[in-house]
Amino acid sequence: MKRKLILATFILVMTIVLVACGNNNNDEPAMPDGTEPAPIVGSIVLATTTSTDDSGLLDFLLPEFTFETGWEVRVISVGTGVALQTGRDGEADVVLVHARALEDQFVADGYAERRYDIMYNDFVIVGPSGGSIRHNHDVEATLMTILQYNLPFISRGDTSGTHVREMDLWMVLDANPEDNDHYIESGQGMGATLGMAIEMDAFTLSDRATWLNFAYHADHIIVCEGDSNLLNPYGIMIVSTTREPEGARTFVDWMIGARGQHLIGQFGVAEFGSPLFFPEAE
Amino acid sequence: MFAFLDQEVWAIIIRTMIMTLSSTAISTVLGVPLGLWLEQARFPGKTLLVSVNRTLLAAPPVVVGLVVFLLFRRFGLFGALGWMFTMQVMIIAQVIIITPIICSIVHTAAARNGDQIRSFALTMGANQIQTQILLIRELGNEIFFSVVTGFGRAMSEVGAIMIVGGNIRHHTRTMTTTIVLLRNQGEIDQAIFLGAVLMVIAFVVQMTGNFLRKREQRLDENF
Repeated sequence: MKRKLILATFILVMTIVLVACGNNNNDEPAMPDGTEPAPIVGSIVLATTTSTDDSGLLDFLLPEFTFETGWEVRVISVGTGVALQTGRDGEADVVLVHARALEDQFVADGYAERRYDIMYNDFVIVGPSGGSIRHNHDVEATLMTILQYNLPFISRGDTSGTHVREMDLWMVLDANPEDNDHYIESGQGMGATLGMAIEMDAFTLSDRATWLNFAYHADHIIVCEGDSNLLNPYGIMIVSTTREPEGARTFVDWMIGARGQHLIGQFGVAEFGSPLFFPEAE
Repeated sequence: MFAFLDQEVWAIIIRTMIMTLSSTAISTVLGVPLGLWLEQARFPGKTLLVSVNRTLLAAPPVVVGLVVFLLFRRFGLFGALGWMFTMQVMIIAQVIIITPIICSIVHTAAARNGDQIRSFALTMGANQIQTQILLIRELGNEIFFSVVTGFGRAMSEVGAIMIVGGNIRHHTRTMTTTIVLLRNQGEIDQAIFLGAVLMVIAFVVQMTGNFLRKREQRLDENF
């Protein structure tokens, strides 16, 4: 009896496994109109920041690109500084990053011929709704109000890109955020910091994608958005030493072309009701 | 971010010691009597209680942290206290983690030697209170060992205090949460330094324990 039971369980599990594998094999990409994918011609390496990869943007774009052009893209997802270093070392064909000064330096040093605007995302200040700050588009006024009225503000305090941007914003104001008794540093990631801000009824600076992805908003809302100082532009560059100049060119042209730009603007709309990245190429 | 031993690092070390010593002291006061009582008391469901205690012994600190977080958050049961992201709530989380450790070690030791000590006390005509005092004195080494183990666990813990403390600079940032932060920033040298300081403290506590125990044994022999 017992042996039969074990055998039956074994058969059941194997059936499930086989069916699951079978389904995966049937997962060939196919356009709704029945067009065939382009034959694979080669592959390029893209060095990029974690934000483009973690947000799911590349998973959304790259299968389409490969389907249409036949070029595969292998993604190295690291911090902006490391991504650019990967380019300098000749290990990547294309870099996609967000640090304008470093990108210009990359071009000036001859590692790329030029930098193309591709898209931007933006930072937002979130805080309690019905509090002392109403929804606005003026980041300087928002931060000055927080400072003057000693409103609780949680800083990442971890030298991440978001923290560096926050420091830049205070510097523009020529203000020392630590004059505020309720200014605290979490030293944690964006998600953990958002959770603390909600718990402590505090304000914080977040990138829009993480805020939209954060599952529990409670009474918190975006209090400041759309100020030009909150924009976070991304640039794309072909590395001069690329071993696949044709593939790299095809990829960049596709990304800054009509098709890529359209898809970038579509990403996230269905899920969040607003794009996570805004197309910006000329 | 820091120089190796600047004021902020000292403050973090001192804060860590205050937290660890407080939680160890509270856990000792709770855990030692509980362990002794568990061994002597006879009541239905005792086996279950011992099992629960042993399960808590293996409870992942992050789970303890999550439960304490849910209790003390703004809309939680104890939210009105306003203790979220404070030293108090970090100590509470640690007490929940290390009390079962102390209790369990004391209980095991008492189960091994308790009967012998009690019958000795009986032959000496000791009353109830004298018997308990003798029990604690005879189990001194094991109780001390349980407290040192609890202290070590409290000092090395990071998962729970990160969740309930929030790693807030100048307030709830401790040595272990600082190490996590430094690693995320790529400041490996400073992280290793703080790790080494933790190891040194653990070593000193352990050696002090050894020294006290040896001295106690010598005193016993002379007696």
